[in-house]
Amino acid sequence: MMRHIISILLENESGALSRVAGLFSARAYNIESLTVAPTDDPTLSRMTLVTSGTDDIIEQISKQLNKLIDVVKILDLTEDAHIERELMLIKVQATGNARDEVKRLVEIFRARIIDVTDTTYTIEITGNGAKLDAFMEALSSITIHEVVRSGLLGISRGDRVLASQN
Amino acid sequence: MELTGAEIIIECLKAEDVEHVFGYPGGAVLHIYDAFFKQDDVKHILVRHEQGATHAADGYARSTGKPGVVLVTSGPGATNAVTGIATAYMDSIPMIVITGQVPKPLIGNDAFQEVDSVGITRPVVKHNFLIEDVKDVARVFKQAFFVATTGRPGPVVIDIPKDVTAHKTEFSYPEEMIMRSYSPTVKGHPGQVKRAIDYILSAERPMIYTGGGVILGNGSEQLRKFTRKLGYPITQTLMGLGAFPATDKQSLGMLGMHGTYEANMSMHHCDVLIAIGARFDDRVTGNLEKFCPDATIIHVDVDPASISKNVRVDVPIVGEVVQVLNEFNEALENTDRVPNASAIEKWWAQINEWRSQDCLKYDRESEIIKPQFVLEKMYEVTNGGAIVTSDVGQHQMFAAQYYGFDEPRRWINSGGLGTMGFGLPAAMGAQLAHPDDLVMCVTGESSIQMCIQELATCTQYGLPLKIINLNNGYMGMVRQWQEFFYDKRYSNSHMDVQPDFKMLAEAYGHVGIKVEKPVDVEPALREAIAQKDRLVFLDFITSQEENVYPMIPAGAGLNEMILV
Repeated sequence: MMRHIISILLENESGALSRVAGLFSARAYNIESLTVAPTDDPTLSRMTLVTSGTDDIIEQISKQLNKLIDVVKILDLTEDAHIERELMLIKVQATGNARDEVKRLVEIFRARIIDVTDTTYTIEITGNGAKLDAFMEALSSITIHEVVRSGLLGISRGDRVLASQN
Repeated sequence: MELTGAEIIIECLKAEDVEHVFGYPGGAVLHIYDAFFKQDDVKHILVRHEQGATHAADGYARSTGKPGVVLVTSGPGATNAVTGIATAYMDSIPMIVITGQVPKPLIGNDAFQEVDSVGITRPVVKHNFLIEDVKDVARVFKQAFFVATTGRPGPVVIDIPKDVTAHKTEFSYPEEMIMRSYSPTVKGHPGQVKRAIDYILSAERPMIYTGGGVILGNGSEQLRKFTRKLGYPITQTLMGLGAFPATDKQSLGMLGMHGTYEANMSMHHCDVLIAIGARFDDRVTGNLEKFCPDATIIHVDVDPASISKNVRVDVPIVGEVVQVLNEFNEALENTDRVPNASAIEKWWAQINEWRSQDCLKYDRESEIIKPQFVLEKMYEVTNGGAIVTSDVGQHQMFAAQYYGFDEPRRWINSGGLGTMGFGLPAAMGAQLAHPDDLVMCVTGESSIQMCIQELATCTQYGLPLKIINLNNGYMGMVRQWQEFFYDKRYSNSHMDVQPDFKMLAEAYGHVGIKVEKPVDVEPALREAIAQKDRLVFLDFITSQEENVYPMIPAGAGLNEMILV
C-alpha cells in the first residue's frame, strides 16, 4: 500500500467535485485528503488528492478518474520529484509558562503567531505533513483548542507541468 | 426567431434524427409535452411506468445502435427511471434521459416532486447535466448525444427545470463537439498491435473471447474476417452473442458460469487469449486466481479502465474494436507468417473431445415441458431469425444457450445489472425500431410481472410481440441456488399466487395461449407467429425444478464445471 498524491485538473463546474468524491466512495477507494480550488484559468479547478493503495488500485484510480467527463488531466505527483505543502492553523492556550514556551517552539519550527489574546495564540505553520505532525508533537504539553489543516497541496519539481494544454 | 426551451428540445431531437421518445408526462415536463403536441416529427411513445420507458429506449438502442431517448418528469418520474438507467449503464448502452425538474427558484426547497436527479443518477450514468440557462440547452444536448454514443457508450441524463423550458432564446445547434476533457482513443497503438499479432501467430492453443463491445462497436464483420482467417476457436459472452455466428463450427458458444463445457475448458487451457470488447466480468472468469493460468492475454477495449481491472493483461490495446480489428486484419494480410497448423489441429482435436460431452443435453422425452425444449423449438420454428429479448434468470440462460444467434443486435438482455422486468419493454423498443421483424420476449412468470403493465402500451401502439413465458412457478434461478447451496430451503422463491396469464393477456386486448404438453409446444409457437398483427402471450407450464447446466459454482475455476 503506497501513498500517492494525485493532481487533477477538472472543469470548474458544479458537481465536478462530487463526481470525484462519488467515484472514490462507490469503488471503495480511500481518500486521505482532498483540496480543490479554481486555477489561474477560472474555467478549471485543480484538485490535490492523497490516497493509498496497491499499484493495481492506483492504476484503476487513475483510469477511473480519467474516465470522468469533467476531468481534463491527471498527474500522479509521487511518480517523480515533487513538493508537498500543507497549511495548519492552531489555536492554543497561551497563559503562564506556555506563553513563552509556545513562542519558542513557533520560532524553531518557523511558524508564525497570527492572532493573540490574553489567553490564546493562533499559529500558522506550513510544511509537509511530517513537519506539521512534528510541530503538533512538540506542542504536546500545551492545551490545544483547535486545529485546522488544509490538506495537502503538491506540485512537481523542475519543468514537469500539469496544464490543460501540454 | 426565439424558441422556448421546450421547443429547442424538440429541435435538438430532430437534429439528432430521433424518431421515438419513450416517456410519461408530469408537472415538470408539461411545457415539453406541449411542444410535442405541436409537431409530428418526433413520435412520443406513452409507456405505463417510467421503468418501462428506459427499458424500451434501451431495447431500441440495442437493436439499432442508435441512442434511445427517454422523457420523464421530476421526482418519482426520475426515480422510477433509475433502474433502467442503471441497466443501460452496466451494459454500456447509449441513451439520453431527459428528466424534468422543479423550477429553478424552487430547487433545494423540498418542492413538490423534487429530487436531486443529477445526484441520484450520478453513479449510474456516463455523464449528467443540470441545465440552468435556456441558452445552454442546445449545447448540452449536443454534448449529451456526443458523450452517450462515442467511446464506451452509456446513458446520459439531462435534468431541466420547468422554468428553463419556458424561457426563450435563439436556437442554433452546434455542428460539432470538441471537449477538452473527453476524447476517446480510436486507433490501437501500432506497437501493441504488432506485439499482439506476434503472440497470436505463435499460439499453440489460442482462444478468442469476445463480448458486448464487439456488438456495441459494430465490429461483427471485422471479427468474422479475423476469426475465419486464423481458424481459431471463439467463445462469446452473454452480451456478445451474435457477433460471430453461433452456427459456425469455430464457435464454442457462450462461456462463463452457464457457458459450454468446451468454451470454459478451452479458456482454461489456452496459451494465448485474445479478448476483444469484453470486460472479464466475474460471471465470466469464475475464480480469478484460477483464471487462464497458462495464457498470455491480449485485451482490446475502447475503455482503458476495463483493461487490467480484474485480470492483469500482457498486451493492452485501447481503441475501437472496428479499428483495432482492421489493424489486426491488415497485419495478418501483410505478413508471411501463418498460424502453427499442426499445433492448432491438435488443439481442435482436444476441443472437439470436450465438445463431445454434449454439455447442453437434457431430457428431450420428458412428459412435462422442458424450458430448453421450448427454446430449441422456438429456434427451429423461427429459423433463428427472431429478435429475442429476455428477462433475467433461468430462462435468460436457456435462451442464451439454446437459441443460436447468428447476427448481432438480435439478442437483447440485461447482462450486467440483471434487471428483472427488462424483457417486455425492451421488446417494445426493438419492435418499434424493426416493425417488420419477429420480436420475441423470453421471460418467466416472475420477471414478466415486474413490468407487466406495458402490455397496455403494446395494445396502444399495435406491437405484435410474441411473449414466451416459461412458467415454472418459481423464481427459477433463486430456487436453483437454494437447491444447491441452501439445502432446498426454498425461502420466498415460490409465488403461491399467479395470475391466469391467458386471461391477463386477453384483458389487455391480446391473444393468450396456455401450453401444458410438450406436443403442443411447436403448434403453439407456429400459431403465435402466424398471428402477425397480434401480441400473443404463450404461457408454457414447464417443469418446476429444472436447473441450468452446466454450471461453475462460486469460487471455482472455469475447468471445474458441474455437468448434468
